[in-house]
Amino acid sequence: MLEQLNQIEKTALESLAAVDDQRALDAWRVTHIGRSSPLMLVFAGLGKLSKEERPIVGAAANRVKTALEAAFEEKARAIKEAALAKSLAEEALDVTLPGRTVHVGRLHPSTQQLRRVLAILAEMGFQVYTSREVETDEYNFQFLNFPPNHPARDMQDTFFVEAGERGENPILLRTHTSPGQIHAMREFAKMNPDNPPPIRIALPGMCFRYEQITARSEIQFNQVEGLAVGENITFADLKGTLNDFARRMFGQGARTRFRASYFPFTEPSAEMDVECFVCGGKGCGVCKNSGWLEILGCGMVHPVVLQNGGYDPKRYSGYAWGMGPERQLMLRYRIDDIRYFWGNDLRFLEQF
Amino acid sequence: MKLPISWLKEYIDLDGLSVEEIARKLTLAGLEVDEIKYAGLPMPAKREGQRHEFKTSGLAWDRDKIVVAEIRQVNPHPNADRLTLLDLFDGEQDQVVLTGAPNIFHLKGAGKLPKPIKVAYAKEGATIYDGHADGLALTTLKRAKIRGVDSYSMACSEKELGISEDHEGIIILDDDAPVGMPLVDYMGDAVLDISILPNMARNANVLGVARELAALTGRELKKPVIEYRTTGESVEHLVSIEITEPELNPRFVLGLIRNVEIKPSPYQIQRRLRLAGIRPINNIVDATNYAMLDQGEPLHAFDYDVLKARAGGKNVKIITRPAVDGEKLTTLDGVERTLTSTNVLVCDEKGPLSMAGVMGGAESEVTEKTRNVLLEGAAWNFINIRKTANQHNLPSEASFRFSRGVHPSLAETGVRRGLQLMAAWSGGAIAPGLVDSYPLPPNESKVTVTAKDVKRLLGIDLTLEQIASLLTPLEFKCEITDTRLLVTSPSHRLDMGEGVVGLADVLEEVARSYGYDKLPETHMADALPPQIGNPIHEWEEHVRDLLVNLGLQEIVSYRLTSPERESRVTTFDDYVTLANPIAPERRVMRRSLAASVLEAAEKNARADSIALFEIGPVFEPRPGDLPREPRKLALLMTGLRETLAWDVKDSPTFDFYDMKGRIQLLLSGLHYTDITYASAASIPHLHPGKAAEVRIGDVRVGVFGELHPLVKDRYELGEAPVLLAEFDLDALRRIPPVYGIRPVPEVPPVLEDIAVIVDETTPASKVDALIRQTGGKVLAHVRLFDVYRGEQIGAGKKSLAYSLTYQSDRTMTDAEAAAIRKKIIKRLEQELGAKLRS
Ligand SMILES: [Zn+2]
Repeated sequence: MLEQLNQIEKTALESLAAVDDQRALDAWRVTHIGRSSPLMLVFAGLGKLSKEERPIVGAAANRVKTALEAAFEEKARAIKEAALAKSLAEEALDVTLPGRTVHVGRLHPSTQQLRRVLAILAEMGFQVYTSREVETDEYNFQFLNFPPNHPARDMQDTFFVEAGERGENPILLRTHTSPGQIHAMREFAKMNPDNPPPIRIALPGMCFRYEQITARSEIQFNQVEGLAVGENITFADLKGTLNDFARRMFGQGARTRFRASYFPFTEPSAEMDVECFVCGGKGCGVCKNSGWLEILGCGMVHPVVLQNGGYDPKRYSGYAWGMGPERQLMLRYRIDDIRYFWGNDLRFLEQF
Repeated sequence: MKLPISWLKEYIDLDGLSVEEIARKLTLAGLEVDEIKYAGLPMPAKREGQRHEFKTSGLAWDRDKIVVAEIRQVNPHPNADRLTLLDLFDGEQDQVVLTGAPNIFHLKGAGKLPKPIKVAYAKEGATIYDGHADGLALTTLKRAKIRGVDSYSMACSEKELGISEDHEGIIILDDDAPVGMPLVDYMGDAVLDISILPNMARNANVLGVARELAALTGRELKKPVIEYRTTGESVEHLVSIEITEPELNPRFVLGLIRNVEIKPSPYQIQRRLRLAGIRPINNIVDATNYAMLDQGEPLHAFDYDVLKARAGGKNVKIITRPAVDGEKLTTLDGVERTLTSTNVLVCDEKGPLSMAGVMGGAESEVTEKTRNVLLEGAAWNFINIRKTANQHNLPSEASFRFSRGVHPSLAETGVRRGLQLMAAWSGGAIAPGLVDSYPLPPNESKVTVTAKDVKRLLGIDLTLEQIASLLTPLEFKCEITDTRLLVTSPSHRLDMGEGVVGLADVLEEVARSYGYDKLPETHMADALPPQIGNPIHEWEEHVRDLLVNLGLQEIVSYRLTSPERESRVTTFDDYVTLANPIAPERRVMRRSLAASVLEAAEKNARADSIALFEIGPVFEPRPGDLPREPRKLALLMTGLRETLAWDVKDSPTFDFYDMKGRIQLLLSGLHYTDITYASAASIPHLHPGKAAEVRIGDVRVGVFGELHPLVKDRYELGEAPVLLAEFDLDALRRIPPVYGIRPVPEVPPVLEDIAVIVDETTPASKVDALIRQTGGKVLAHVRLFDVYRGEQIGAGKKSLAYSLTYQSDRTMTDAEAAAIRKKIIKRLEQELGAKLRS
């Protein structure tokens, strides 16, 4: 009997060794450890054995059963692993094929740049102030200390609107967002005419100049101006604020310089240049070899402008500056044709 | 303005400062140098990998190889008629040089010259420009045989040395040029091209720039001494002046010089004028130009004998007055000009002589025959000159200066300087005195400055003495009294104001002189302003974000367009119209954003899929007044709904419901409720059956739909339908959002489907509304998941299948759900004639 059990075990294990798929394994299981397998028949015949033989054969049969079951489990695991390995291998993809995309919406690059600028200014305490795009000569020029026929008007070629006879106050397309300075000062001053409150605003918006449309000149462009007015504001504050801005905008290592300049609505006036971030100041095509990039014009608010805004220049002072988001984008992305901005070609817009 | 450094050096010692350092200092002080053109002086060495700090051009002259030489003999060339051989001495040895220069040719065969001719001599190995090349090409002189004669060096033209374009003849230097001297030491130069800001017109002259440099470097300004001998009868007895309108002509000065010999100016003067961009004419005209560049006062020279003849031999009387409309004058460019009352004329008793401050007249101009010269220096109203120069399109060196303002004090200085130069260059004799009519001297600007003002506006602590020391080099007169500094402007400045304006003017000069780079950087210590924010801007930015999240690309279009462009989609009666458009297709401000997005779609017609939006103003004109600028939003979608890929070959195109879905998401993102969509068949540019208006409560906020096929035909667009939406952002923004959330239930919902057949004409929204109304609170969601039309249900019918979600705060039984369903079906049957589809 024991001999028979050994033979059963041997035969079963030999047969299992040849099994290599799930179907053969299931068949093996029925044959060798199934209900009517020789091994089970041994268990079934235990009752017929003598009292002495019964425990011995029973123990031996149990050992064989355990061994065959363990071998079965082992084989089952091996077959599963092999099957998985095979299917993984078969499922392998060409990972170099392009992925599927979705329609992505984007902000216009000018909006993106305006947001970058306004976000920095917001953290510095400058609130957004917006005003109309079609203006009067008074707001665009006269209140800003550009008298009629002043040579400074040559700096800003202007689109005029047909609006009947209006004498020296024609209607025009604003050439800068500076009319907003007057609107804002008057609005703030109205809050408390005897003691107008301080102002810190950023003025973004579309402006217009009478130009031919070429790679380098456009009839419309965005501008962001900043204006700070208070009882305690100096040219040194202007330098501090604009240098802070430059470091936030162009990196903490950004170097700047201030050149004397002229704008009718500021005095003293300056241009702020930033060391060229393309060549690091060595000179390149982007900075026209100078090592510097003209970034913004600035200055202390002219006393006439303060006065026109309802702020007494003997008591209040302020500074203002203006810059062009499209110009900043052109420098950052090396865009050499300004007409891209309003061309609305998706192949351009999708790159931002 | 082009400024030769050699001229500048007459008025300030610039030793030890490189040309680039000078340019940098001027640039930082507001005299921006655009370009440096070298004409002899050594150019700065380029460091490895670096370029010049300024735009740089020109030629440096080798000290050893380009020198002053003298021609001693002029001999004919043995084998060439058109060439001459020059025997010249270069200070060390004799040389033979070939030349075909026309200005030497007349001496051919003259042999030994009685007086040697001084020339600019380039030896073998010198690098110069090729005189025969087009443009500027460098060449190095090498030994060669020309018609059998050895040639290895040359007497140079201005072009060859980079002074001007002139290659008509060789340079003939002034007689006092020292033979053998390196040419760079004798006349090496560099020219600064400076842009003059509108408030810097006072510096559009050599003296002005020298004065700025004196302030910037602390060096002394050496003004030219204007002294001369006079002879004969005083001009005051011969000429008189009548100014009719002092506002237009505050001062008029005349001087007289007799017995001038008209001839070319000294070479050094011609060279400087050419470098400064002015063509030399003759010694008298050159003297007027030279004095203008030197002092800043444009001058005009009259042939005195012509004036005398016009006066019939009597005393000349000069009259200045506005022109009479239609009056005519032939200017010295030979053009007969018709004048208007804006133009001011310089006349004599017979009539107009010249256009004041802009251009002289032909009849009285200086010619080869002129012997006696009456020299005018005047002050004119800058606005008037500006208008006149623009009106006649006559930009000139004179009108450039006068239209920016020239101080009347310069009229006298300028005339005196001009007479001095004319005497020196023409041998003429200056008549004593000047005729000077000065009816309207400008106000002298006096400004009181305190140390506190400087601290308050510039943020620096300076003593009054320090402030004064910054201003005096610019020729401000400074008087200190206790705590105040009284600053009087110099007599060449018109740009200094009074009171608070004057204070700002003075502080600008203090800051420039101090150096902007030296001013400290501080953080604002001022009180914070009231926080008013900008709700409109913030809200629009939110709208932009929502639309971008929905997959739409933002565009920004030109505000300027034409009625024809817009009329392709919609027409308007009136526009904000430009008086001076750049082109007819950009002559009005837009009224329609739909036109903007359609043009953008047309531009991108080849793209598979277009989904874009624009936010911005349109411009509604109001007669004689500023236009309204309402804010609008337009959306456009056309093309494929899905993006294509290598295994996605095709996609359905966007239709009405793609647009509607975006709009629904936008409006829910803005937290609006009570939104209704109604068919809008009468919007001319939209498909009558595929258009809807959007209302929130009672307010119509927008319309959308498929572009009308006839409108679509007016654009070059693809096959796919074009969906267009337009919203009135001002109306939309005014609607109060409703904030709140539905609680997220923990009890599982009961789901059920229901399909009903209704007439084709029954709008889905009615079915939807009735289901919701009947379902009541527990019916949490109603979603239309299928619309079917076909034989099974018969013509003129449609089947609408809804998925209903019941949600209660306790678990609902199937029986409860069934009861509600029964109620819904019953109402649909009764009120809409619907049939349950099984
Ligand atoms: Zn660079």
